[in-house]
Amino acid sequence: MHDLDRIIRRGRRNDRLFNVLGATLAVVCLTVLGVLVAQLLIAGIPRIDWQFLTSFPSRKAARAGALSAWVGSLLVMLITASTAIPLGIAAGIYLEEYARKNWFTNLIEINIANLAGVPSIIYGLMALGLLVYQFRLGQSILTAGLTLGFLILPVVIVATRESLRAIPQYMREAAYALGATRLQVVRHHLLPYSAGGIATGVIIAMSRAIGETAPLVTIGALTYIAFLPPAPFSPLPAGPDGASPGMYGPFAWIMSPFTVLPIQMFAWVSRPSSPGNDFAPNAAAAGVILIVFTLGLNAAAIFVRQRVRRRVKW
Amino acid sequence: MVAGKALMTPDRSSPYRPSADPPSGGPISLDLPGLPDAPRPAAPEAARIKADVRGLSFYYGKNQAVKNVSLAFRERSVTALIGPSGCGKTTLLRCFNRMHDLYPANRYEGQILLQPSGINIIDRHVSPIEMRMRISMVFQKPNPFPKSIFENVAYGPRLRGVRSRSELEGRVERALKSAALWEEVRDRLRKPGYDLSGGQQQRLCIARALAVDPEIVLFDEPTSALDPIATSRIEELVHELKSKVTIIIVTHNMQQAARVSDYTAFMYLGELIEYDSTATVFQNPSKPLTEQYISGHFG
Ligand SMILES: Nc1ncnc2c1ncn2[C@@H]1O[C@H](COP(=O)(O)OP(=O)(O)OP(=O)(O)O)[C@@H](O)[C@H]1O
Ligand SMILES: [Mg+2]
Repeated sequence: MHDLDRIIRRGRRNDRLFNVLGATLAVVCLTVLGVLVAQLLIAGIPRIDWQFLTSFPSRKAARAGALSAWVGSLLVMLITASTAIPLGIAAGIYLEEYARKNWFTNLIEINIANLAGVPSIIYGLMALGLLVYQFRLGQSILTAGLTLGFLILPVVIVATRESLRAIPQYMREAAYALGATRLQVVRHHLLPYSAGGIATGVIIAMSRAIGETAPLVTIGALTYIAFLPPAPFSPLPAGPDGASPGMYGPFAWIMSPFTVLPIQMFAWVSRPSSPGNDFAPNAAAAGVILIVFTLGLNAAAIFVRQRVRRRVKW
Repeated sequence: MVAGKALMTPDRSSPYRPSADPPSGGPISLDLPGLPDAPRPAAPEAARIKADVRGLSFYYGKNQAVKNVSLAFRERSVTALIGPSGCGKTTLLRCFNRMHDLYPANRYEGQILLQPSGINIIDRHVSPIEMRMRISMVFQKPNPFPKSIFENVAYGPRLRGVRSRSELEGRVERALKSAALWEEVRDRLRKPGYDLSGGQQQRLCIARALAVDPEIVLFDEPTSALDPIATSRIEELVHELKSKVTIIIVTHNMQQAARVSDYTAFMYLGELIEYDSTATVFQNPSKPLTEQYISGHFG
């Protein structure tokens, strides 16, 4: 009896100890994060106004803006999302549901896991060699989007596979037993049931990509862009003779040079500032926009997850 | 009785005829007009055969789980598969809808002839999809889809190309009625299937299996996860269903086998030990092993 008492008391004490420890660590982490964000917000928010959002960079700090940067970030992410998401999900489905398990698929599996850990600048080097020099895609939005797409592809694949693996096998059997084909099982059951997990993984990958700087610098993103990529069907600049030369195609913008928020931030941070021409608030303001994008993506992830979780249970 | 027997005779041989029966030789020969309420014969040989298992062996890789089993399942009757854990009941059952095809390295040998056409279910050239469309399964653990009650039942018909809303609704209602669930869920067809109790979920799964008018329904220990009341509802249901379909049910529960089945097959270590009418198997088994199992000496 006595012994039992002691054991229980010790167990309780350890529980409490761990509780305190965990809570402390959580508070410390959150505080550090909070201080960092607060500092950024204090420095950046006063600088954010309509002028800042709608102006191109300038040598005068007060006249400079982040227009080309945030538009660039959005367009690059658009390319990244529209390539990496479908490809990654398809590859994940193939590996998890279609591929026979053998040495070859094992090899692919290991390599994908490794790819997720490759430093991002390596992707930049690869993209420089492959996309810029080999395929002559230029230092364009397309190149940047594809580079970041390569970067997050393994993450999307792994997230897809994990989410599919979380679906109990008896769900698949229930559908197969009614005569569903493999594709029908995937479309009617596996994809809807795993949508929450996949969306979470995809969005977290996207919020990593949106902050990436190194690979884009490597492929040659510019730091000073004083124009926007051509909007679809906007008129081409008039020739010397003044004749109307027609308009841009719907996808002309993907070949445009670009910059993105983190690069613009870096450019402003590293710029020598003189009294009356301080670029630090600009950098902080660009950082705030970046964080808003990231938080927006994460909010979307939470929203999707909650919705699917309410619908899908087993 | 004599007239009934005479009428049965061509039926017994019909499964082995190469092509389809003439229309008059259908399973309803007992209902011919003028016949005074012919009783359903009790002896195994008397009813028409729905599925004829011949020399069936099944291998999980190198591990042989079903060993040269031959038996004929009678149409519109309930056949119970009993035997100690691991004797291959589930394995045998899952041969019928080719569930083993989902996993690599599984191998069938022998034949399961689906009558009256005589198509060999486990032939590699026969589509597993077709077999699953004709033979439904109810699993041990209730496994409704995380969709609405309606969508759960409508899924099978949808897979078979039923698009019309009204037809789907009709089928869902009929299936839920057959599964004795309609009264409980009629006002909440749009609610998720997993909001139901365990027993209701299992009846939902039965409705889902019935909505496609299957020729055979396979039950793999359908009540093992349920309480006694839910169990007896399912048993009643199985009893009613046999007027429409052929039923094969795996069970660990001797009383259940005795209550619901017309025929009982006793398996042991992958082999079929005894197969006869349930009454005979339980009251007068011919093999000592069967008797030992039934009287609870092992298993
Ligand atoms: N997926 C599998 N891979 C390999 N062997 C298996 C597999 N499933 C079952 N077996 C083996 O096949 C044999 C028969 O199993 P089965 O599940 O058919 O038994 P059962 O009669 O249904 O048992 P229970 O009453 O416990 O459900 C067992 O020896 C089992 O270990
Ligand atoms: Mg079993």
